[in-house]
Amino acid sequence: MENLVIEGSPKTPSVTFDASSGRLEIRGRSIPENSIEFYKPLIDWVESYRASAKPKTEMNVQLEYFNTSSSKCILDFFKKLENIHSSGKTNISVNWYYEQDDEDMLEAGEDYQAIIGIPFKMIELKEDE
Amino acid sequence: MLSNRFAKVMIDIFQFYNKMQKSNIVMSFTGTMNEDLLGSILNIIEEKLDKNEASSVIKKRVYNVMIECLQNLFHHSDQLTQTDRSLEDHSTNAIFMISRQADRYKIVTGNFIVSSYMDNLKSKIEHINSLDSEGLKTHYLNTLNNGQLSDKGGGGLGLIDMARRSGNKLDYDFYSLDDNTSFFTLGISISLN
Repeated sequence: MENLVIEGSPKTPSVTFDASSGRLEIRGRSIPENSIEFYKPLIDWVESYRASAKPKTEMNVQLEYFNTSSSKCILDFFKKLENIHSSGKTNISVNWYYEQDDEDMLEAGEDYQAIIGIPFKMIELKEDE
Repeated sequence: MLSNRFAKVMIDIFQFYNKMQKSNIVMSFTGTMNEDLLGSILNIIEEKLDKNEASSVIKKRVYNVMIECLQNLFHHSDQLTQTDRSLEDHSTNAIFMISRQADRYKIVTGNFIVSSYMDNLKSKIEHINSLDSEGLKTHYLNTLNNGQLSDKGGGGLGLIDMARRSGNKLDYDFYSLDDNTSFFTLGISISLN
């Protein structure tokens, strides 16, 4: 299946979903006015990934900022992953990156961890990384 | 006579400038919010924060709250123009102001609302203000998990998020203008330590 690659913009993150390696990455800031529009292709891609999923899938999330309208869409995205994970198609793990001392972003990751039944790993990025 | 009147305007503007300086206004805006403006304002704020704010934690907190405030104003005016034409033209106007005081950043917004929304908005804010940080977390998670998204992606999380990040109660007020219209003001304080 095709990979999904979206370049980042001042209001939207870069996306690299690689079906052949099972490595998915969202990186940057997610503050669009209309987040549903942005996240729909991501959720659709994951849905079609279900059929050809690798045994292991690694989801890397490294966000600097996200707005509350994105937070809802990110939840829907994670729920889609959870759905595939619990169907046994692939073993998904999430690496949630946050910048040094950014407790708010750590807490945001823990919010998702509390709701979503996929293993989360919180990873602090040291300065200048 | 004209020159006198002009001189008066100059004095007014100088006084206005002094007032803004004294209040340590980082930036203020009045008008109708649109996507381009919103992006530009966020850029300016971010640059100023990068230059003047040493703590990256405070910087991110202020920037996050700004995003929520400005997008609220934007969605609100967008909604007003689409659904409610009973209000006057100026009703899509909004004001926002950010100032840096000795111990806090203060962000204030104001916008027109249809008076019938007032009770609902008021009870939402009162509920948020009644919660401690654990209560806010639970309220946020419940709203995130169960709330419905509007077609623009707003899900009622904005106010909870602002309260949660700021760690302070939300200030608010309503000014009734006529039977149909009220002016809603919201103030968020972000403590510097």
